[in-house]
Order: sequence, then structure tokens, then C-alpha cells
Amino acid sequence: MKKTLWSCLLSISLLPAGAQEVIYPAKEFKGKTFITNGTIHVGNGTVIENGTVVISNGKITSVGTGAGSPGSDARVIDAKGKHVYPGLILANTDIGLKEIANGVRASNDYTELGEFNSNIRAITAYNTDSRVMAVLRSNGILLASVAPQGGSVSGSSTIVQLDAWNWEDAAYQMDAGMHITLPSFISRGGGRRFAGFPGFPGAGGADAGKSTLEKVEEIKSFFRQAKAYIQEPVHSNVNLKLEAMRLLIEKKQKLFVHGDQIKQMLIAIDFAKEFGVDVVIVGGSESFQIADLLKANNISVILDQCLNLPATEDDDIDQPFKTPAALQKAGVLYCISDDDANTRYRNLSYNAGIAATFGLTKEEALSAITLNAAKILGVEGKTGSIEVGKDANIVVSEGDLLDMKSSTVTDALIQGRQINLDNKQKQLYERYKYKYSLK
Amino acid sequence: MIKKTALLLSALLIGWQIQAQETFPVNGVADKRDGCYAFTNATIVKESATTLTNATLVIREGKIVAIGTTGVVIPKDAVVIDCKDKYIYPSFIDVYTDYGMSSAQQAGSARAGFNFNAPAQITSNTKGAYGWNQAIHPETDAVRQFAVDDAKAKIWRDLGFGSVLSHNKDGIARGSGAALTLANENENSVVLKDRASAHYSFNKGTSAQSYPSSLMGSIALIRQSYLDAQWYKNNSAKEGLNLSLKSWNDLQTLPQIFESDDKWNDLRAAKIGKEFGVQYIIKGGGNEYQRIADIAATQSPFIIGLNFPTTMDVEDPTDARAVSLGDMKHWELAPSNPGAMEKAGINFCLTVADLKDPKTFYTNLRKAIEMGLSENKALDALTKTPANLIGVYDKVGSLEVGKLANFIITSGPVFAEKTSFLQNWVQGNKYSIKDDNWNEVKGMYTLAITGAGGTANYTLDVKSAAAASVIGKDTLTGKFSHDGKMVKLSFSTQPARRAGGGTNTGGGMGGGMGRTPAQYRLSGVANGNTWNGTGEDTAGNKVTWTANWSTTALATVDSAKKRPAVTARVGQVAYPFNGYGWETSPKQETMLIKNATIWTNEKEGKLEGADVLIRNGKIVKVGKNLSEEGARVFDGTGKHVTAGIIDEHSHIAAASINEGGQSVTSEVRIADNLNPEDINIYRQLSGGVTTSHILHGSANTIGGQTQLIKLRWGANADELMFKGWDPFIKFALGENVKRSTSQNNNRFPDSRMGVEQILTDAFARASDYDKAMKANPTSTRRDLELDAIAEIINKKRFITCHSYVQSEITAALRAGEKYGVTFNTFTHIMEGYKVADKMKAHGSSASTFSDWWYYKVEVTDANAYNAAIMHKVGLNVCINSDDAEMARRLNQEAGKTIRYGGVSEEDALKMVTLNPAKALHVDNRVGSLKAGKDADLVIWSDNPLSVYAKAEKTIVDGIVYFDREKDLEQRKKINAERFRLTQKMIGEKRAGGITRPAEPSWQILMGCGDHEHKDGIYTIDAEDQQTLR
Repeated sequence: MKKTLWSCLLSISLLPAGAQEVIYPAKEFKGKTFITNGTIHVGNGTVIENGTVVISNGKITSVGTGAGSPGSDARVIDAKGKHVYPGLILANTDIGLKEIANGVRASNDYTELGEFNSNIRAITAYNTDSRVMAVLRSNGILLASVAPQGGSVSGSSTIVQLDAWNWEDAAYQMDAGMHITLPSFISRGGGRRFAGFPGFPGAGGADAGKSTLEKVEEIKSFFRQAKAYIQEPVHSNVNLKLEAMRLLIEKKQKLFVHGDQIKQMLIAIDFAKEFGVDVVIVGGSESFQIADLLKANNISVILDQCLNLPATEDDDIDQPFKTPAALQKAGVLYCISDDDANTRYRNLSYNAGIAATFGLTKEEALSAITLNAAKILGVEGKTGSIEVGKDANIVVSEGDLLDMKSSTVTDALIQGRQINLDNKQKQLYERYKYKYSLK
Repeated sequence: MIKKTALLLSALLIGWQIQAQETFPVNGVADKRDGCYAFTNATIVKESATTLTNATLVIREGKIVAIGTTGVVIPKDAVVIDCKDKYIYPSFIDVYTDYGMSSAQQAGSARAGFNFNAPAQITSNTKGAYGWNQAIHPETDAVRQFAVDDAKAKIWRDLGFGSVLSHNKDGIARGSGAALTLANENENSVVLKDRASAHYSFNKGTSAQSYPSSLMGSIALIRQSYLDAQWYKNNSAKEGLNLSLKSWNDLQTLPQIFESDDKWNDLRAAKIGKEFGVQYIIKGGGNEYQRIADIAATQSPFIIGLNFPTTMDVEDPTDARAVSLGDMKHWELAPSNPGAMEKAGINFCLTVADLKDPKTFYTNLRKAIEMGLSENKALDALTKTPANLIGVYDKVGSLEVGKLANFIITSGPVFAEKTSFLQNWVQGNKYSIKDDNWNEVKGMYTLAITGAGGTANYTLDVKSAAAASVIGKDTLTGKFSHDGKMVKLSFSTQPARRAGGGTNTGGGMGGGMGRTPAQYRLSGVANGNTWNGTGEDTAGNKVTWTANWSTTALATVDSAKKRPAVTARVGQVAYPFNGYGWETSPKQETMLIKNATIWTNEKEGKLEGADVLIRNGKIVKVGKNLSEEGARVFDGTGKHVTAGIIDEHSHIAAASINEGGQSVTSEVRIADNLNPEDINIYRQLSGGVTTSHILHGSANTIGGQTQLIKLRWGANADELMFKGWDPFIKFALGENVKRSTSQNNNRFPDSRMGVEQILTDAFARASDYDKAMKANPTSTRRDLELDAIAEIINKKRFITCHSYVQSEITAALRAGEKYGVTFNTFTHIMEGYKVADKMKAHGSSASTFSDWWYYKVEVTDANAYNAAIMHKVGLNVCINSDDAEMARRLNQEAGKTIRYGGVSEEDALKMVTLNPAKALHVDNRVGSLKAGKDADLVIWSDNPLSVYAKAEKTIVDGIVYFDREKDLEQRKKINAERFRLTQKMIGEKRAGGITRPAEPSWQILMGCGDHEHKDGIYTIDAEDQQTLR
């Protein structure tokens, strides 16, 4: 009795409550790490029972059942009875840019003024010390693509790893994507009767199509001018906006087109054709309607709202849950993300779990938050699966990571560094267990 | 046949001056006339049941003096008008107009909802000894405001109307209406009844006062106004002069007309009427057929418009996708509304009011007749019924001696497509509608044009008074007009160029606009069968011309026959009226679920391989090896069965959620504006939810009265309610109620310090009120706001309080304790873990989110371990949704408490079943599987706390409301029905019907205004709509 109380007090004194300032980024680890005897979910569909992952100098050097015994100087993570996964990737997010969205304008750095902001770079405002990161890490999310918003051309996104001192340290793939947002093709006019509120959204129904196409044409025109500008090496007037399009035009960046509507996605295909760039749809609520077309045109999709209501009243009641399966079936390269503002993206793995309930296999669902995301972001050479040669971005969970009731993450590594999985919520938990003398 | 009376008509009818004003001086020479006319040989429809043929009508001084077939003596001084082949009907009455009213109307809107960011207008801007709310102005008298407006009057007269009821269509209590004729005379002469009606609506109109900002606020305000007016009768000394309340009382003896504009609002209005002993005449919305039994049960007379939806252009499948099946079905079935009302025995009249283009009135009326409305009922609905409803049947509404000479003369039966309305007589004065059609001009004429070069002969094919073609070598389309006397004709001798000139893609309207070929231009006078005149030929030479009638018109295709036959299949009314509605409602069944894992939530815990028997909507037995003769048996092998999920905090199934007009609005009730057709009811059934607590939003400290519902998909509002529960009320603390997102808040409170005082003040006032009411029940003014709070003090009503941070929670506890008030439940309660011991001592339940955090400042310390800590401290803990999407997977949300804090599986499940039942005081009815409890349960495919579990069947009261297999069939039905209706719309378009662009069927999502919701792309968040963020 006395002993437990003492150990309880001890742990409290080690973890000053309410302060995440003591949760340090892990240091570089040059030695060998063995994750032993776990169920290894490689991320590409393969599952290795009772397997061992060997990591050396931050890279995965061996994956399999017969890795040999770790030497005495090796660090060992015993994963017996546990599950080992590639680090989860949040494929499109505003973490580090948006701290407290609602009512605290000063804490927000995710949108910029202006229409054509190709020169805006998300990474320059990325705050590694945001309170959000620690919570995400403890749910197995180790990498994220941080993108700006606002305007038609929003700027470039950078892929970050979530255990860093500063943004230069965090950058995993700098300026990997250029983001544009297409205008809506749905007219907001209308006179729908709703429970006695005739005409709620306001009368009139202008033809959205025409003005929308004009706006699309403006964006394309900007692209064409950028393409021309880049052909000419010497300029008497430097244009930062046009110059910032260089990576995209030279195909060193992918084009991320934000849009949920069928017609927006058809326009995205048009961008791919005219400018010869790799196009990724972000959003894609209605992508299930045109999955074959997306496949035929090599367009990939980031589904960021798997837990939405169905788009229309008549849509299948579980449509957003089963959209991933529709894309999988059509052979589209897609991944699942999480943009839920109320939970701050912590439920990425459960989004995949729901997709598994509604048509994906569990391993396909895992790929949708790991390897597929890496492929879409263009970093599959470095991460996304537990394969030899890749960075050791790895999560160990007590049970099935996709199922909330069993998804307790016990260990995680980023580039071989075993990271601190503590967070403020856990600290507050300890603090109030102490207050109420709970076990 | 050609008649010879045209000259007579157009020459003699100068007009009888209505001379009611003895007091008015005359500028000139007195010119009194009797205005005596006799209309002979007519078919006279006195009213729908009495038709006289070959009859005579005599009028004098604006009134009918004789009518009949025999024995009618035609006075010598009567001007005789031969009406052979003509029909005479009483002119129509429109009781829903604002004819002659000048004020700007309907600018604002109570339907707009609460704006979190805008500054408040707390008091009325109306100056004078009036009431406190700007939308309640019963003192408005239409008769004092109206001015004769002949241009407007003509619109109605041309449709056959002779009188109207006019009122100021603005506000909630709109004052009195005046019954007026449509004569173009001075105001004094046209008033049938100066105060004929009193008018109400739910819409605050131009009032910019913050309150009410919701439908339920409007309802509460009307109810309170009735009470205040009653009280004012005997207590005017306390109040001082209140002209609004005085007028309210004065108007009570008149017919009471309520504009509700929608089937559910009809029922809401009727409910208010029932409470205060008023039978409203309800201005409906045209969708009454969707709930016709409920509508009929109100026994209210109705006023119905004919604004049927215009066909949408759905050729683009992407655009079509956005149109819901419900809207498509309404497009098809809206014209059946009047017929359905007739069939249900509802007394109703028709109005032009809702039509954008009044000219479509008869086209639409004919559609209604095609879809079941009888012509007699239609005629009654335009004459006798409205006249009776507003008490002017002694003057108008039928043709009888002594009544006003208000009648129309038509060329045939009044509703027939080919019939023309010729003349409209109002108070004995003639107003032409289509006098030129008095004579039938249709037919073939020989046309001879004589000039210097001789005579050219043509055949003139007159199709109507405004269209004819000239047939020579070719058929030449010309311009033609015949106004009863004068004839004009122009035509080119070259055939018109067809299909434009190749470049004209504008649809043919501009065809031939370029170089117009030379034309014959002729004009002349019609003398019966023979027309003569002069003109110029194509070279400008003078000609004379003669046309003689030769034969009747060639048979032409009746435009009516182009329309698709109405015998084509039409959809059925579904309950609710949308894709997932029932055409046949599901029934209560005796059911036996065998060999399942049963999560009893009772001391038996989880039973493996066990059975549940359900009968008469109740659980009969839980155990092993049960059997029951005739029961429907479900094999539960591998399945899990739990009690239905109870969502302690929901905002679905309501037409409005937030009444933020004031900081204390305990008088408003969610129950007043339930929306049983919210698709989210069905979606949540698919997630195993059976009971939902529908809360007021968090716009103010003391919000509104909540409503517990069961998800009985297809029910009406009353049937949706959970019967026999303890009533609750929503309170809220923190950022929302102090309006933190507003830059210019002027509504008290602006801080948590003020919030605490709002609570204390409300309890103090209610406590004083309660004492006063008990001591002097007659002279104490009944106050709905304080009634609700007094109920809390008397433990008849219970609080669920939106709350986040520990300071405000503690402050609320202490404020309540001072007045003996227990905060039954704290909802959201994100920092509950910090004050769990205090809450336990006070006796509160906690209802929280599983893992929400950090979406605003007051949830900075929100914590996924909150539920587990509170549970371990011993609180009754619930996990709620507050979100239409998340409510579909509350089982998973409960599952998260296992991962965050190690709650046991059975305790985790209780957080969305038994614990909310306890918090809501209904654990004797629902929340666990036990003999005698309601048969509300869910069959799951897997462990219900797992992400992999799907609800396969959701049962409420022993009725299977959701069945995943049936749902798959329903999807096919939806697709088939959408296809049928899309094809039908496209067919109408291709047949030349008018269309409008496809309009997305926006789904309106109600929220508490607290955080972002997960909307789809065709969803409008009610709060987003307001703040335009």
C-alpha cells in the first residue's frame, strides 16, 4: 500500500503536470534497435507474425522472422503480443499553423490574403511546439503534410516529422506540393422547404457554372504565364509568384487540387492534361462517382473527411465510410486523412478502421494511412512501410491500431529515434488520478 | 358562330359611378345613374350547386336585383346584354392578399436564426404606447393603410376575382385585415368589411429586434402574448396603456388567420390555437398532402396557394444528383394537394398569393383538377368558402338578390382550358378582361385585296383574336389582331424564313429580324361576319380589302393533348416524405433473437448464447433457450445485442435550435418545432440510436426546454416524443453565452462573472414569482419564462447544462444550491475531471465527448481521459454526440474510454445506454435489457465497442425501424424512382415545358453553435448560414 503510493508520487514528480515543455524531442540514435516478436504489418498488405524489425542508424535493415539475436549493446523493444505498424501519415493538415481556430485569430497562420499565393510556404510558419503534435504522436501519427489555405493558389506544403525542435529540423520533404482550391460549381441559391422554413438559403439560383469556369480559367491563365516565365532565364522584373511555380512546372512538385465536387475533379483532370503535372485531389467526397475516370487519368485522392454525413439526402447512408473501398476497387491511388477540427486529427487510424468495416481489408485500410499516403506525397522511397532501406518510422501498439478499443500505442520511432509518447492529456490524467487517489 | 352584339357592348358600357358618399362635394354637374343592366340568355352559376340555363340577371346600383330563368322582369331602364352561350359566375374572392398595402413587407425573417456575431437589438424600435416586441403589432389596421391601386386590382380582376381580404403581411401579430372589392373607386366605396380578420405568422418580418430569432421563439412569443392580453384585461392599471395588448383583445372576436406556409407549421399553429381556444384559418404551404391525416385532424379551414414547383432541368446528371428524391416527388405530387385536401374533407379556399406569375393560376388549377380536385370544390374554394370564412357571404360569394353585383362573364365553363374570361363586373361596373373574345372570331375567311392592279384573293385562317395566317400559294404568317371591333392584319407575301439564317442560335425569337420583306398592312372594322378596310400593298400602293367568314376553323391540335397523359404512374406519398421514407409503415412484431451475446447492462452482465423475446413493444424475457409460438426469429449466432443507444445531447429533428434573442429564454420549447422528417433520424438508427435528447443550443445562459424523442422514423411530431419523461431544460455557460466570437457584444453577460449573475437572478425571480403565483394566482401575470424556472425550483423540471471549465461549473453549482436547485446533468463538461468530486457531492451526472479538444480556448484542457476519471470518481457518465454525424457511431465513441483510461467494456457501453437513461430519469423504461422494459435494442455484427461493428437491426418499441438488408433494397428503390422522375422531368422539358436550373436540395443541419460540424457538400449549417464565415 505504502509502496504504491510512493511510486505514484514518484511518477508525478517526474512528470510535472500541465507542462508539455518537458516532453523533449528524441536524440539521434546511431545504434541498433530490435523490435522483437511482434505482429508486423508491413503496410503493403503483408503481415509477418512473430517477426522482428532491425534498425540501424535510423534505417530499417531487416524485417522478418529470423533476424538473429540482438547484441548486448542493442536497444530492444519487446513487441510480444503487440502489433507493429509503419508510422501513420496525415496526408493533408494544418497542424502547426492553426492552434486555436475559433475565436483566437492571433493563433492562426494557415491562410493568407490574395488569390495567387504560389510563393507562400507553409513550412515558414510551422510551429513544432504546438500542443497538437504530442497528442497525434501518441496515436501513432508520425508524419504530416502541412499545407497552406486561402486564395485560389494557396502555396506549397511541406512534409514534416512530428518530433522536432524547429521547422528546419521537422522538414522531411521540403515544399513537396503546390496547393490550389477550385471554386464551387454548386449554386447556393434556392428555395428548399425545410420544416417550415421555405426558401431558407435565400431566393434565386444563379448559374454557378459560368462564373466558376471563368475563375478556373483565371487559375489556368496564371499557370500558363508561370510556364512561360520559367522558360526565360533572365527577367528585368523578378516575379516571386511566377518563380514559385518552377518546382511544379518542372515536375518536382505535385499539384494538390482541393475539391469535393464531381465537376471540380473533372477540372483537376484537365489541369493534369494541360500542364502534365501529377495531380492529387484533396477532399474527393464525390470521388466514388468518377472512380474509373480518376484511375484512367492517374489522379490520386486524399480523402480527408471519411466521417462526414452523406453528401446528399439520397446517398447511401454509409457512403463516406465506403468511399475508400470504391476507390480501392477501381484501382485509384488514394489515402485517408483526417481534417476533423473537433478532435484535431487524432482519429486517423479509426477513420481507416471504419473504412475496413465498410469494404476494405484491414491491411488495405492500413495502407490507406501509411504506404498510399507516402506514395501520394512522393516519399514512398523513405517511408510508408516497414521495408528494408526505409526510415525507421514505426509504431508499436498493444492491439489493433485501427480499432479504438485496443489501440494503445506503447512505442514509436521516428527515423530510429524512440520518441516520447507523453502528452498534456496524459499528464492531466496523472494529476487527477493523484488528486482523487485513483489507480 | 359570329355574334352581332359586339358593337352594343363596346359602345354603351360607360360605367355606373358608385355614389355612396353623400358628404362629398361634386365638382361639376350631378350625374347620378342607376346602372341598371339585364344580362339575358346566360348560363348562370349562382353557386357551385345551382346552375341556371337560359337565365337572366338584373343589377341596379351595384347590386343584384333579380336572377332567374322565368319571371324575371327586365326593367325598362335596363341596358340589355345578350349573353347567349356565355356563362356567369360569382366573382372570386382571394382572402390572402396585401392589396393596396404600401409598407415594405417581409424584409427580415424570423426563420433566419440566431447570429452569434451580430450586436443585439434588445428593445422595440417602435415609438409609442405599444408593446415590448416589435413583431407584435395587432394595432395595425389594414383598413387605415390601404389605398386603391387599380394596376394591382387589375391583376386579380383579370383572373376573375372581385374582392379580396387584404392585410399587412409583416410580423408575427399583424393586426386586422380589411375585406375590399377590386372596384376602381375611392377607398370609401370599396370596403366590404373594415375589420374582417386578424392575422398572425411565425415570421417576425421587418422587425430587427433580436427576439425572437427562432421558430420556437416565435411560438413562445405568441403564447405569451395570449397570456399577457388576458391578464391585461383586468390589470391594465399595473401595465399602463398598452395599445398592442388592447388591440390584441379587440381582434379576438374576428376570424383568426395564421400564415404557416408548411405542413408542419400548420400543425404547430393549430396546436397554439387549441391551447388558447382559437380555431385558426391556416394559410398552408401546398405540401399538406404529405401529412393529410394530421392536417385534417386539426379541423382547421385552410387557405391554399397553387405554386407548384417548376420543372427542373435535370439533363446534366451531376446537377440532377444534387436534387433530392423528396423534391422530385414534390414536383410531381404538389398539384395533388387541393384534391387530397378535398378528399380528406378539409374546408379550404384558394389564393393567388404564392404565385410568382399570377397568370399561371388557371394552368395550375387545371393541373390540380386533373389530379383529383373536383370543379365544384374548386369553385367553392374561390367563392362561397372564402366569403363564409371572413363573414361576407351576405355580400359576395354567390349570385343572389341583394348581394353585390360581383360576377364574371366567361365564354364557357369557368375552368375549361379553352374558356376565356370576358368581363369582370365589380359592384355593378364592368371591367374588360378579354372582351375581344366575346365573339368567336376563329374560322376561315375569304380575303380579297383590291388595288390599282386588280384583286388578289387569299384565305385568312383566324386562329384566335390575336393570331391568324394568310394562305395563298404558301401559308404566310402575319400579325393579326381583333379587339372585338377593330381588325389589323399585316403579312408578307414571301414565306417566313425557317430555322433562322444559320447564325441565329438564339432560339428563333430573333428570326427574320434582319431585312424584313415588304408587307401588306391592312386595317378595318368588323361588322359581324364581314370585315372591311383599307391598307397598303407591298409596294406602298393604297388598297381596300374585304374578308368574309366562310367556314369554321380547321381542327387544330389542342395544346392539352401535348402534355403527357396524367394516367402515367405517379409516386406515392412516403412517410417521411423523402427517399428513405416508408410507403408502408413498419409494424410492431413479436420477435425472438436466439443465441446471441446479450449485453444486459444488468447484474447478469454479458450473456453468451442467450435469447431475447419481445412482444407488444416490450422486452418479455432475457435468458437461454426461450421459445415463442409465432414469433419472428432472428438467428443471433455471432451477433451482439445491446439496449438501444441513447444520445444525451443531440440537435437533430428540429426546425430551430437556438433562441439567442435574450439571455434567458426558458419559455421556448424544442417540442414546439420538432422536425420528424430529418434524414438524420434514419441515419442515426443505422448507428443503433433509439432515443435522443434534443437540446436547445448554447446561445444563451438559460436556453430552452428540451425534448426527449424516440427515433420513430415516419412518425409525426407528437408520436416522436418520448412519453412520460421528466421534462428538462438546457442551460449554458462560458464562451458562447458571453458571445466571445462577437467583436461588439451588447447583450449581458460579457463574462463568466455575469453568467453567474444571470443564473442567480433567474432563480431569484422565479422563486419570487412562484410565491406570488401561489398566493395570488389570478392577479399574478403568468410568465412562461418564469414558469419553467419555477418548475426547476420545484423539481418538476431538470437542468442539462453546457459547460466547460471548472470555474463556471463550480459557480453554477453554488448558484443552484442557494435556491435548492440541482444541476441534474453537466453536458460537454470537458473539465469535469477537475471538479468531479464537487459534482458528485452535488449529485450531477456528466455527459461528455470522448476525445474532442482544443477547438476553442475553453477546451484547451479538454481531455480524452475525462470520462474515465469521472467514472472512477463515481459519477454517472455519458458519452454524447452533439453532432448529427458522430451520433451514428456513439458505440465507437464509448469504445474510446477503454483506450483512454481503461474503462471496462460493459461500463463503456453503459455510457451510451444505461447511464444516459439514468441521467434522463428514464432508466425504468430504457437503457438495459430486462423484462418489462421498452423493446429498444440493437443487433450488432460484432462487439459493439469495436470499430468493426455494424448495427444490423435497430428496434424501437418492438418495431424494426432499421434493417441493413432492407436498407440495401431501399437504395435500389431510390435509384429507380429517381430515374423515373428524372426521365419525366426531361420529358417535360423536351415537350417544351418551362424549366429552371436544377436546384440543389440543401440539407439544413442544426447545431448548437458551439463548434464545427461535419457537413456534406450539399449541407448548410444553420449557424454558418448566419455568420457567413
